[in-house]
Amino acid sequence: MNAAYRLALVGNPNCGKSALFNALTGSRQKVANYPGVTVERKVGRFESASGAVFDVVDLPGSYSLRGRSPDEEITRDVILGRHVAEAAPDVILCVIDATNLRQHLRLVLEVMRQGRPVIVALNMMDLAESRDIEIDVDRLSKELGVPVVKTVAVRKAGLQSLLDHLSTDLSKLIKTNTSESAPWQEMSVQSVRQIHAEAKRIANAVTVRQGGAHRYTQEVDDIVLHPVIGPIILLVVLFFMFQAVFSWAEAPMGWIDAGIVHLQEQLRHWLPPGRVQSLLVDGILSGVGSVIIFLPQIVILFTFILLLEASGYMVRAAFLMDNLMGRVGLNGRSFIPLLSSFACAVPGIMATRTIENPRDRLTTILVAPLMTCSARLPVYTLIIAAFIPNHAVVSGVGLQGVVMMGLYVAGVLSALIVAGILKLTVTKGTVQPLIMELPTYKMPALRDIVLGVWQRARIFLRRAGTIILGAMIVLWVLATFPAPPPGADLPAIYYSFAGKIGHFLEPLFAPIGFNWEIAVALIPGMAAREVAVAALGAVYALSGSEEVIGQSLALTLQTAWSLPTGLAFLVWYIFAPQCLATIAATRRETNSWVWPSFMFVYLITLAYLASFVTFRLASSWA
Amino acid sequence: MDQMIGQKLGSLTLGQRARVVRISGESAGGSGRLDAGELERRLLEIGFMEGDELQILHFGPIGRDPIAIRLGGMIVALRRQEADAIFVEPC
Repeated sequence: MNAAYRLALVGNPNCGKSALFNALTGSRQKVANYPGVTVERKVGRFESASGAVFDVVDLPGSYSLRGRSPDEEITRDVILGRHVAEAAPDVILCVIDATNLRQHLRLVLEVMRQGRPVIVALNMMDLAESRDIEIDVDRLSKELGVPVVKTVAVRKAGLQSLLDHLSTDLSKLIKTNTSESAPWQEMSVQSVRQIHAEAKRIANAVTVRQGGAHRYTQEVDDIVLHPVIGPIILLVVLFFMFQAVFSWAEAPMGWIDAGIVHLQEQLRHWLPPGRVQSLLVDGILSGVGSVIIFLPQIVILFTFILLLEASGYMVRAAFLMDNLMGRVGLNGRSFIPLLSSFACAVPGIMATRTIENPRDRLTTILVAPLMTCSARLPVYTLIIAAFIPNHAVVSGVGLQGVVMMGLYVAGVLSALIVAGILKLTVTKGTVQPLIMELPTYKMPALRDIVLGVWQRARIFLRRAGTIILGAMIVLWVLATFPAPPPGADLPAIYYSFAGKIGHFLEPLFAPIGFNWEIAVALIPGMAAREVAVAALGAVYALSGSEEVIGQSLALTLQTAWSLPTGLAFLVWYIFAPQCLATIAATRRETNSWVWPSFMFVYLITLAYLASFVTFRLASSWA
Repeated sequence: MDQMIGQKLGSLTLGQRARVVRISGESAGGSGRLDAGELERRLLEIGFMEGDELQILHFGPIGRDPIAIRLGGMIVALRRQEADAIFVEPC
């Protein structure tokens, strides 16, 4: 077997490059980040019929080699063979959209100037044919001076001739490549215009029949982008999506919960009571379980997001929302990630990868935890049940519901305000223009969706198994050691490190009305927001299932806390960064500890100030 | 007198066709905005070019912003702010 050839896939966004990559490599692909940046590095391997092996790298879509964003910088550096972590490719496969030849040829021309062997994949030939576009492939190959292969990315058929080409022509192609190109320089406005003219000339020369516009796309857009009907359709789509995230996920979440409870019972049964059992059952299983339980929501949410993205609708949603989001300095692309954060901030933060502009992306990540995620619900439900009387505000509308909605609204409003402030201060910089292509609508390929969802799910599970597992063990140690002295009458957690830390923090929390019990509960509650309910249960020496704790806890809290304390605690949870998974996701997506630290500090400051104001106001009013 | 020809892309109405006569980042500048050359290059890269025909397809629901434009075989969306850098002549 020969050594593997290195093949780099390059193309404009929307050229079908990733679908081609998926078709070539299938499940034999790896997704990771390039070192130092949060750009996905997708590599895979395939073997051609003749036995030649190719290591393929799918480079981020790019309109030019100028490297305007971290993604485009990777593309440029790999093509120029100067990327530190990625060896120079032996051959570059330029993927171009046959229905948009002229636009896509410019990148080919620019890449060819760099002197590396190039093969062109004339992709989306099926779409071109259906639109009656005819291209003289031989002529194109002659004009460009490189091999050109017709492909249809979603089907294996077109790939066969591509593979043949690669395995027979490649060694020849690589040998003939002797041209030493001049050192790379960013193209001036003038040379961009030249390359434009050249692309136009070639496109005109090889196009036998011009074909028509994509009728279907036009007709759909007339409805979907209609100023009145468009937003209504968007609302319906989103409503359906969130309905699905919550209701479809309910059953699998129940199974996971039951599975974890079953495992806990088994361990209780087989292991002698003691430290090991407690660590496994109360520490690891209940802690990691409380995070894993969100997996069904994440899978459903990403299935929808990937479908919307692959079909071409996502960009339309961004188009409709752009003006509104632009008012707080974000852009239309921030909308879906923020909305996803209502389910859970973790997939929301992961979904920010669709935002091209790094500054807008960072701002979106930083405000995502302010959207009310579903893990806050158990906490809200508990405190509202304990402290908010359920009398009717108007007939049919209870005060409890109004408070619950108020908490959601408070989250959204503060997210918008914080985004506005961040844009003027921390993430300040040039206002980035919105210049985006609205691709033709496409039927999403099952393979691409399944691969995409699987990759997201794996990232999530890996995190649950590493960072979060580690944190759970630490929290368990804090809440378990040292053991209470013999004859102690207070709950065990009181005597532990967590209890000591709680006591130590008590004076700090006193001004916002938190007693030591709350301070202690906040420490294990760092794991995930709803763990605070169980932690409060432990502090008030209750035991039983979450529901039982919830019911009896509400009664206990009514007598143990004053109303101002209860309200301050509610407000605390609008802002408090009580979720390690979110911090871990931010760490991963920003690839630094700076931003998660910043996020933690600003959220906890906001939480403290807001609780302080709430407590003081409520105290003086009561 | 090259500077005087054409009207701003943003002044076109829905469905109107026009030919690009000039792309110049200068006219869409302002504090905190991209510098003129950079904006010009980005517009060229997405596919705008002097002499080419375009058509206004859609306006965003609020403030008729952004604008969706047919450009050869593709559809491109721009904010009004950036559209000001493109001068056209209706045809």
